[in-house]
Order: sequence, then C-alpha cells, then structure tokens
Amino acid sequence: MNYNVNEKGYYGEFGGAYIPEMLYPNVEELRQNYLKIMAEESFQKEFRQLLKDYVGRPTPLYFAKRLSEKYNTKIYLKREDLCHTGAHKVNNTIGQILMAKRLGKTRIIAETGAGQHGVATATVCALMGLECIVFMGEIDIKRQAPNVARMKMLGAKVVPATSGSKTLKDATNEAIRDWINNPVDTHYIIGSVVGPHPYPDMVARFQSVVSEEIKIQLKEKEGRENPDFVVACVGGGSNAAGAYYHYLDKPEVGIIAVEAAGKGVNSGESAATSALGKVGIIHGSKTLLMQTADGQITEPYSISAGLDYPGVGPMHANLFASGRGEFISITDDDAMQAGLELSKLEGIIPAIETSHALAIFETRKFKKDDVVVVNLSGRGDKDLDTYIKYFNLN
Amino acid sequence: MNRIKNKLSENKKILSIYFTAGYPKLDDTVEILQQLEKDGVDMVEIGLPFSDPLADGPTIQQSSQAALKNGMTTELLFQQLKDIRETVSIPLIIMGYFNPMLQFGVENFCKKCAEVGIDGLILPDLPLAEYEEHYEEIFKKYNLINIFLITPQTSEERIRQIDNASEGFIYMVSSASVTGSSEGFGAEQEEYFKRIASMKLSNPLIVGFGINNSETFLQSTKSAKGAIIGSAFIKMLSEKGLGGISTFIKSIR
Ligand SMILES: Cc1ncc(COP(=O)(O)O)c(C=O)c1O
Repeated sequence: MNYNVNEKGYYGEFGGAYIPEMLYPNVEELRQNYLKIMAEESFQKEFRQLLKDYVGRPTPLYFAKRLSEKYNTKIYLKREDLCHTGAHKVNNTIGQILMAKRLGKTRIIAETGAGQHGVATATVCALMGLECIVFMGEIDIKRQAPNVARMKMLGAKVVPATSGSKTLKDATNEAIRDWINNPVDTHYIIGSVVGPHPYPDMVARFQSVVSEEIKIQLKEKEGRENPDFVVACVGGGSNAAGAYYHYLDKPEVGIIAVEAAGKGVNSGESAATSALGKVGIIHGSKTLLMQTADGQITEPYSISAGLDYPGVGPMHANLFASGRGEFISITDDDAMQAGLELSKLEGIIPAIETSHALAIFETRKFKKDDVVVVNLSGRGDKDLDTYIKYFNLN
Repeated sequence: MNRIKNKLSENKKILSIYFTAGYPKLDDTVEILQQLEKDGVDMVEIGLPFSDPLADGPTIQQSSQAALKNGMTTELLFQQLKDIRETVSIPLIIMGYFNPMLQFGVENFCKKCAEVGIDGLILPDLPLAEYEEHYEEIFKKYNLINIFLITPQTSEERIRQIDNASEGFIYMVSSASVTGSSEGFGAEQEEYFKRIASMKLSNPLIVGFGINNSETFLQSTKSAKGAIIGSAFIKMLSEKGLGGISTFIKSIR
C-alpha cells in the first residue's frame, strides 16, 4: 500500500481539489509547476541554505533522559521548537515563499490559528520584502496575543476573521476569499497539509526535512534509522506529515497521531476529527471532517488554537482509514499536565499543541527498549498566558 | 425538454434571482418563488445554505448562517418544494456547496430534485473533472443540468472545455471577486464580456456576481443572454421583507 499522494492528488479516497472555478487558474498553475520547481537545483540550494543558516537546521534530536526514566521507555524529542520563530511551521513558509517568488507573485496571504504559521509567514515575507496579510480568527487573536504582536512587528497586516467560530477554519475561509478577490498577484501560503491538491503534498514535502534528519540522527545515536514509533500532534497535520514522511512505507515504524479531545471526545467540545469526523469536503479537500448529519461543518474546540480545526489533512485521513496510523485523542487537561511535566523534567516549555503529543505516555504504554520519537513541534512562549492562568502560576 | 433549455430558447434577456432557502424566515421559500414568477422573473437559483460558503461575500454568508439557524436542512428544502410545480413553472436551479449534497447522497439528492421538479444544479466547488468522472451519469439519469462557472481568469482552452461539457448555459462570473461586491462594472468588465462573446460559444452566457441594479443588469446583458442577481436581492429582503420583491424586480427592468 502506498501512503503518499497519487498522480490525481489523492491519498486513497482522500484529497483532490474541490475548489470553485475562481481558484482554478492559481491552483492549476501551482499543480503544474510545484514538482518541477522543487526539483530545480537552484531552488534546492536556496531552500537548504535558508533552512541551515536562517532557520537553524538541523534541529537536534534530543534524548529525553528523565522523561524516558519516568515512562520506562526511550524517548527522543525532535526539537522543532528550536527553529527560528519557534515551531516547525517555518520549514513550510521558507519553501512556499521561494515557490511564490518563482511563480512571480508579489503579495502573500496566509491563515493562522495559534499564530505560529502567521509569524512564520510574516517572517519570510520580511526576509523577501513581500507584502503579507494574515487572516486570524477573532478568538485566536485574543488567546495568542504575543504572536499577533510579533506579526505586526514583522510588518504583516493581521485581519480578524469574524465569521463562524472565529477560529482557524474561518481564518482559512477568509484567506480563500481573499485569494478569489486577488487572483493574479497573490500566493496563498497554506499553513498545514490541508487544502486542495497540490497543497497537502507540497507542504508535506517541505516538512519532510524533519524525518530526513531524524533518520540520520537516530542512526548516529541508536545505530538504526528507524524508530519503533514516531509521535506527533495533528491539527491540520503538517508537523506530523514531516515527522512521518520518510517512514510512511516502513511498516516496522509505528505511526502515532495525537488529536485534541478538548473537554472530552464526546463532550461536544472537541477537535478529535478521526473520532468524530465523516468523509466530507473542507477547504477544497475531501477528508475526514466534523460535521452535522446535514453536511454543515461543526465548530471544533480545543484549548490549543493550533489544533482547533474540524478537519485533518487527507494524508492523515488515509492513515486513519487504512489503519496505518494509530490515532489517540488527548484532553485539554491531560495536555496541560504534560506540558508542565516536560517543563519540570526536561527544562523545555512546549507549545500546547505539542503537549498533546507528550501526554500519550500516561496511557499509551511502550516497551522498555522501544525507541519513541516525539516531534516537539513548537515552544510554549506564545502559550505562557494560557499556562499561567491554567496553573494559577501568578 | 428541460425547462432551462426551453426558457433559453425564448427570444428575450433572462433575469434570474438567487435567494437563500430558509431566509428571512424558514418557511418563506415557496412564497418567494411564487412572487418571483408573478413578477416576471425568468429563472431562480434556490440557495441551499452551507456553513462555510467559500465563494460568497458577507451578505450571502449572513443569509446562509441565518437560514441554518432558522433550521433549514436539505431534507426540509425538498419537503418545502414538494408541490412547487403546482404553482411555479419557471426553471428552478439549486445552488449550493458540494458537502451537504455529498452527505445527503449524490444519487438521493438528484432523485429528490427530479421528484420536486428541479431543473439544474450549480455547485461551485464540484470541479469539472470530478463531475465528469464520478457524477455526470447520475445527473443525466435524473435529467439535471449541471451549470459550470467561468471567470475573467479562466483560460480560453478551459472555457472551450467547459463549453463542451455544458448544457443549458454557462455561468459567467463578472469579476475576480466573491459574491456581493457592488462596485459597478467598468471598462475591464466590458472588455471581458466582449472577449467571451466573441468566442462564439455553443452555450448562452448568464452573468452573475456584482449585479445589483438596472444599470449593471443592462451592462451585463448587452452581450450575454441574461444575468443573475443574488446579494442585492437578499439585502432587499433583509430590509423590506417579501413585500419588497415586486418593487425590486420592477426596478431592474
Ligand atoms: C507548535 C505547533 N504544533 C502543531 C501545530 C498544528 O499544526 P500541524 O498539525 O499542521 O502541525 C501548530 C499549529 O499552529 C503549532 O503551532
């Protein structure tokens, strides 16, 4: 079985490009060119150079000794939190800004939930001197205030999305509408492995540097390229796609995807798409989607803005449907505890998104000599307010 | 023969109205349709509301949200339309996003359309290739015409492809914009309308998006067969209710 995208843009039955005709020229232009451009030597050279000198790659693969002792297994953390701007998101925005330039685009739009993708986009726009407009749900603007300030300082315009649930889904709707309104000069830098083909594949390829490095680093540390498990949180699924990418077709590597259960999978306030979703169409992609019986998209909930999305990328929908991936959902409370625990045990304050992935060790047992790599997708600076309020740390 | 094709064969310009089913009030659907026919409207697009209407501006976003809040569903719309052909004879098209149709079941949806007397569908986010590969057969079986969109950015090659795949008419989006912009039409649109007209397509063109008064209606029907008014009609409904329909339609032509 192949877990990657096929030539029609599908992962199994998921994916495709369900877009209005207004977007067709842009998406088609991208589809026809992205692989060609990515294969160009000059592109690869510039991309790799920026990842190294600007982002700070390779990020370390860190053996978390105290965490491993506590859970009686071997836990490695892939330190995407040490990327410039504080999360894996920048791997994708570097790639896409280079793509946009080669396509001759001068205006960049993006959506953001936690603000990490918005910051990563604003950053590369500053780097390249391009205009940047970031759409962000009104609720997320409040709960991720530090990132809003960062985007503004970087010269981006932050536009509040006031429709629907006022979170990531609605910010994405607004970005798509903007693209419809500005079809010629604008490139839309989608922040995850979602959206119409070729976005899920393109973003996964840019993020695949994560597992490319894990293979080399694990070989040095453990004498083998393959861990027993690779674990990542899934909002749209980009950090997970990057961490899984080079292991997708290696059945000996277990793939674990961690979704946000919010206040509990059956509480009505959750973002656990694999548990609650059915096949549907969101933002141009056929995938698993939280929706009513009537096909209306429902409003998800998670304490973490980056996981607060009612869908999941088509690659992950296929990993779930095919049984290749093991899907676990983690509540707000368990995630917050895991975030605190990592801070105390390892001196690393993770993003709340990432805390969801770390929380699985409480319930998902591993063998003593299992090698488990957790993608530490981001740092918790942006979440300090939420952590402080939650734990009454004032 | 399908009512859409019949209507298009008449020697007149087509005025088509879009409204969101379930808005302003849940049960307004039938009365709005009857009134539109009485006022001489040639064709109607009944909007099936969707939570995330990507191609729509604020007006239709709001009417869709309100309609859903009122309790509109796919099932209910078909119930409301059950006897519509006893009182309304103009062509009726359902316009909506693909996901609600997918959940209802594409075949089931088409079957219901045929039962109540719907003549065609406009599904902006169901792309041509997907339609041809998976759904065309079902649409045809129920005698439903699927309407495709073109925009100022659509390439000539793709327009020809869409023309070949189309029956009835081609929905010509007036400008690079979501629905509801009201900036009027300038030289750019005029050039675009002329350019498309000169392609001598086999299907008639009906212009939509941004038509909000008699001026924009006239501008767009100079070369096209007709025009569709959506957001402006919904705005009127929000302000004046169903009682404002006749005056509004008379102000257009
Ligand atoms: C640190 C971090 N991790 C994970 C995510 C979730 O996104 P994805 O599933 O695309 O990795 C986000 C999104 O904002 C994030 O900021």
